[in-house]
Amino acid sequence: MVVTLPRSEDINWTARAVIDGDIHPALASPKSLDPYLSQHWRAHRQQLSGFSYSGATYPRANPNAARVDSWPPNGQPPGSDLNFMREQLLDEWDIEVGVLQPLLGAGAQRNLEYGAAMSHAINDWLLAEWLEPEPRLRASLVIPYEDADLSAAEIDRVGDQPGFVQIMLVIRTSEPLGRRKYWKIYEAAVRHDLPIGIHFGGAGGGPITGTGWPSFYIEDHAGMSTVFQSQVVSLICEGVFEQFPTLKVILVEGGFAWLGPLAWRLDAAWRKLRSEVPHVKRLPSEHISEHFWLTTQPMEEPDRPEYFVQMLEHFPPLADRLMFATDYPHWDFDAPDSALPRVRLPQGTHQKIMAENARALYRL
Amino acid sequence: MPTDAPIIDCDIHNVVPSIDALLPFLSEHWREYIRQSAFKGAPDNAYPPQMPTTARPDARSASGAPGSSLDVLRAQVLDAWPIEIGILNCAYAIDSIHNPDAAAAMAAAVNDWQVAEWLDKEPRLRASVVVPSHFPDLAAREIERVGGQPGFVQVALPVRAEAPYGNRRFLPIFEAAVRHDLAIGIQFGGAPGNPPTGTGWPSYYIEDYVGMAQIFQTQVLSMIVEGLFDRFSGLRVVLIEGGWTWLPSLMWRIDKDWKGLRREVPWNTRLPSEYIKQHMRLTIQPMDAPPDARHTLQVIDQLGSDELLLFATDYPHWHFDTPEEALPVPLPPHRKRKIMADNARAFYRL
Repeated sequence: MVVTLPRSEDINWTARAVIDGDIHPALASPKSLDPYLSQHWRAHRQQLSGFSYSGATYPRANPNAARVDSWPPNGQPPGSDLNFMREQLLDEWDIEVGVLQPLLGAGAQRNLEYGAAMSHAINDWLLAEWLEPEPRLRASLVIPYEDADLSAAEIDRVGDQPGFVQIMLVIRTSEPLGRRKYWKIYEAAVRHDLPIGIHFGGAGGGPITGTGWPSFYIEDHAGMSTVFQSQVVSLICEGVFEQFPTLKVILVEGGFAWLGPLAWRLDAAWRKLRSEVPHVKRLPSEHISEHFWLTTQPMEEPDRPEYFVQMLEHFPPLADRLMFATDYPHWDFDAPDSALPRVRLPQGTHQKIMAENARALYRL
Repeated sequence: MPTDAPIIDCDIHNVVPSIDALLPFLSEHWREYIRQSAFKGAPDNAYPPQMPTTARPDARSASGAPGSSLDVLRAQVLDAWPIEIGILNCAYAIDSIHNPDAAAAMAAAVNDWQVAEWLDKEPRLRASVVVPSHFPDLAAREIERVGGQPGFVQVALPVRAEAPYGNRRFLPIFEAAVRHDLAIGIQFGGAPGNPPTGTGWPSYYIEDYVGMAQIFQTQVLSMIVEGLFDRFSGLRVVLIEGGWTWLPSLMWRIDKDWKGLRREVPWNTRLPSEYIKQHMRLTIQPMDAPPDARHTLQVIDQLGSDELLLFATDYPHWHFDTPEEALPVPLPPHRKRKIMADNARAFYRL
């Protein structure tokens, strides 16, 4: 029997706003995008159902990586039914605003033109079937990120629609995201005043760690934080923030306790090795403080809750940069009433993490 | 920090000065192979000779390649501190040699060179067995060949490899190490040919250098969840030159994931962090410490055990300029003593 845990009796959190930075909408069926695709690409989809990188099979913890209670009554996939999402997430938890992150594989298509057509279709589907009917929702703008020209064109097409609040990348791209092949994406993002949101997952075609292919899903899942670290290193060392000083980057679902230790290591290395990267003009930790935001799910859970407070003290920008997220409907969902460790946070920090940091970033 | 208290330095790099140094330890077949191909020895991309981190200024001013002279090592490290015991970690890039017979022969030559030129000449030194880690059966054979010599205390594996070390293809290496009661020393570097990140090849050396810490994290996770420590209860692993301030955040993350996903790895019967505390140690340089020393003390506390950190100079690599900077935190004397010597003495059974 599947039973959903009741909400906590602790009402402290209900008095506060909740903004959810990571919600996954799903397609009700593989045909759901057909109305938004041309005849040619509909036929392509029917023939190939997507053509991406092979060789990365890590069966998830649950079907669709979803909470077992998140299958809508109509039997369609978790996250595919807006009414059920309202009931189980938006209404249940009084979510003021939620940001949709469509993980539908457009960017990992080896046929880049199809990736562009899929991105186009997904964005139109988001506008028509999610953003228009539900004013609490916002969305990430999907792009075929391995081709920066096609991506910039899609950003120019829909980037000024108010429902899109960020541009969606994934953490596992074919090359580190600081490399110049991606710069036109950042140029377009800055042009439309949109942050970049880099989400857990993706497939770039190579091994998923810096030392080849691991064996288990737990390594895919827990190890994702190492790829987030690699992308932070790349974006800083390539000089992306010198080139695009107003660019903002949101790291979605990658953890955040590693950020301070990474900043310390980057700073130490930059002090010794900066002659190699003269385009990096500032201490890496300053770039991190200025340009990066992070969503909280999966929440960091130190063995002693006071270490959570220490972690915030050790890298002070975190308190202004963490943004709550549920990751609905995925199995590792964080509930708004119980996600943060049961420990006294500095005055105001709880509200900042649950809503105010996101409100400021997204100008809600 | 010169002091009378004992110091064990767990990370000193002895550098093969040139292919000529290895010729006396190679058969005529391989000497001819080297002559005919003009092979200069394994290229070392992990430590480009002229990059600042590769050698501290005083090591550069000495004659010969930094780290290649025992006399200079005595003057700059062993006598200068003084060091009671120093553990050599030769980072010769055997794993970049794709010919299996050549890789095995070169590894054997490096080990015989270590015995003749370092261990036999300096009783304060111990060493790491260099192996063709990408050919685990040949690596195990080399461990069998030299692992019983008392100067060798561990097997060196580069942190970058074709697959994470928990992968079953590497079992012969761990079996041989345990059989000879040797620790496994996982070292900065490696040249397996595949990208050093989970998202392809970066552009700059500084990215490889910083990113090495993420590969250490990957190896820790792999060795635990593949059940290496469940299979080998006596296995000891030292993480060398990969930093350590990231360890608390990694322990939190993998402990949490284990609670959700442990049915996939049912041989893991304890929290991942407990395997780390029992079976793993980390050398302290580079520190990669927060700007405030009080925070460094808190990170040390977050490790959850005062037995994990091992003192190391990482000579000749450049991380600090004065001995005081080698361990720049105000630790109570008994905890400092553990880091400076006691932890290494117990773990390496010195």
